[in-house]
Amino acid sequence: MNEIVFFINKVVIAGSVIGSIYAMGAIGVTLVFAILRFAHFAHGDLMALGAFFAFALTALMPGVGTAIGLPTGFVMLPVAMVLTALVAIFLDHAFYRPLRENNVKPVVMVMASIGVTLMIQGLIRLFAGTSARNFFFAESKDIFRLELPFELARRKIVITEPQILLFLFVSAAVVSLHLFLTRSRLGKAMRAMSDNPDLARVSGINTGVVVWTTWVIAGGLAAAAGTLLSLDVTLKPDLSFNLLLPIFAAAIVGGVGQPYGAIAGGFLVGFAETLAVFNWSILLRPLAPVIPDWIEIPDKLAFVPTEYKLTVPFVLLVAVLVWRPTGIFKGKVL
Amino acid sequence: MSASIAVKDVSKSFGGLKAVSDCTLAVAEGSITGLIGPNGAGKTTLFNMVAGTLAPDPGGTILLDNEDVTGLPANRLYHKGLLRTFQIAHEFSQMTALENLMMVPGHQSGENLLSAWFKPSLVRSEEADIRMRANDVIDFLKLSHLKNELAGNLSGGQKKLLELGRTMMVDAKVVLLDEIAAGVNRTLLNDLVSSIQRLNREHGYTFFVIEHDMDLIARLCDPVIVMAQGSVMTEGPIEDVRANPAVIEAYFGGDPEDVKGAA
Repeated sequence: MNEIVFFINKVVIAGSVIGSIYAMGAIGVTLVFAILRFAHFAHGDLMALGAFFAFALTALMPGVGTAIGLPTGFVMLPVAMVLTALVAIFLDHAFYRPLRENNVKPVVMVMASIGVTLMIQGLIRLFAGTSARNFFFAESKDIFRLELPFELARRKIVITEPQILLFLFVSAAVVSLHLFLTRSRLGKAMRAMSDNPDLARVSGINTGVVVWTTWVIAGGLAAAAGTLLSLDVTLKPDLSFNLLLPIFAAAIVGGVGQPYGAIAGGFLVGFAETLAVFNWSILLRPLAPVIPDWIEIPDKLAFVPTEYKLTVPFVLLVAVLVWRPTGIFKGKVL
Repeated sequence: MSASIAVKDVSKSFGGLKAVSDCTLAVAEGSITGLIGPNGAGKTTLFNMVAGTLAPDPGGTILLDNEDVTGLPANRLYHKGLLRTFQIAHEFSQMTALENLMMVPGHQSGENLLSAWFKPSLVRSEEADIRMRANDVIDFLKLSHLKNELAGNLSGGQKKLLELGRTMMVDAKVVLLDEIAAGVNRTLLNDLVSSIQRLNREHGYTFFVIEHDMDLIARLCDPVIVMAQGSVMTEGPIEDVRANPAVIEAYFGGDPEDVKGAA
């Protein structure tokens, strides 16, 4: 029983947390690809940047959260999302649009986005340094320990306030995105443009506005993902690089250009990671009486050592691409 | 009769190549004007500039109903009543043929989050109207058996018909047709011609048509404008144009006598 609770804490909750983060990042990557047709490598940096905006605001006004009863970082999240969306639009205007107007090949756009990555990383380190930071310097992080109504369960399910807020936020974001894409004029325009940009234009769709909207959604969700992850653990400048690769894996696994695929891919990659590093001996130990003597249960039995966690998304990526080259949801258009 | 489209001194260069140079022409309101010329004469480039897909080089002007629309993007021109089809048929491949047509009319109430939730009956009746119109169009094009097929799966000729169908979903003023007949079989072509004529007669559409099929041009268009090397060479009724030795020289690059049989 305790082992199962341990499993819930270590896999179900941790997997959902990281899966939600990946999903929000992957939605941005996949939308940018669907509308602008290039892999936006600076997406991880938008996430880090959003988190730093939230942190800076928290540092400036540390008392706001306590007044409302929520972590200050979370209260600052909408502002950070708006700022990051503005930065995303600025980046598009300054770097990507001139290239687009000259009809460069997609690979040039990808290279430009790698340049933007290095630039943002440099700026973050210049202003904020390289050390890890904790959002909860002035307030305490609420941790809920849920007692289970079973006699044998002595362990408790542990869930933190930022995690609960993350789950609520992700659910709301996914539902709003779905309604936006299916029930609004702009959402319809986005789907049309992702299918056939030229035809969308002659059907009266202002493609400039669609591009803006894409950056607003991508930037906003990136800031939210970065901030919510940093609230749960700590904020480090290398957040961007650690997130970038799993996010791309999630977007591709789900089917590039498919927002629902990105959500599925995000959770798939997240759970694959947590399941791969989970120490399965813990679940096997209670079964010791029924396991033959000659099998010895090792102390640590994980598929992948924690430090190699980053390999998991790639194994998954290769496996899915061999099985279904276009991703789980058929990729390419919204 | 006033000019629906008036192009004045418009040029477009791509690097060193001057695709259209100082082109001046007018399309009379209510006419079906043809635009012919040899490959590389700049017809499609001119079309793209009129349709707002390409911005002309500085200096020229394009008027739509006497309003300066030079350099306006295609989506703005759509709202001014200018529609176009593409030489290579475009479609929203992930929507059905019917949905492709239903997509065209702008500002549907179902596109508004609030109306979609709080005025479902309005949305439903409006959508029913649009669906009816789309069904009529698709019957007209004789594509009814394919209306629930994904547009990406249609054949090239069927996509061409769908292109024409798009222009029938809204009350357009001017429609630019870019090689609408290419890839459409002869029997369908007759329907196409009669539908274009009917739209012209009954709904007052002005058509501006690029076409290589001289037969179709002869049946459909009056007057015909001939372009060569980026500018207008001559214009007039098809008989005059066909008889003009300079046109035959530019268009076919050969002896007039050889051509008469071919055309």
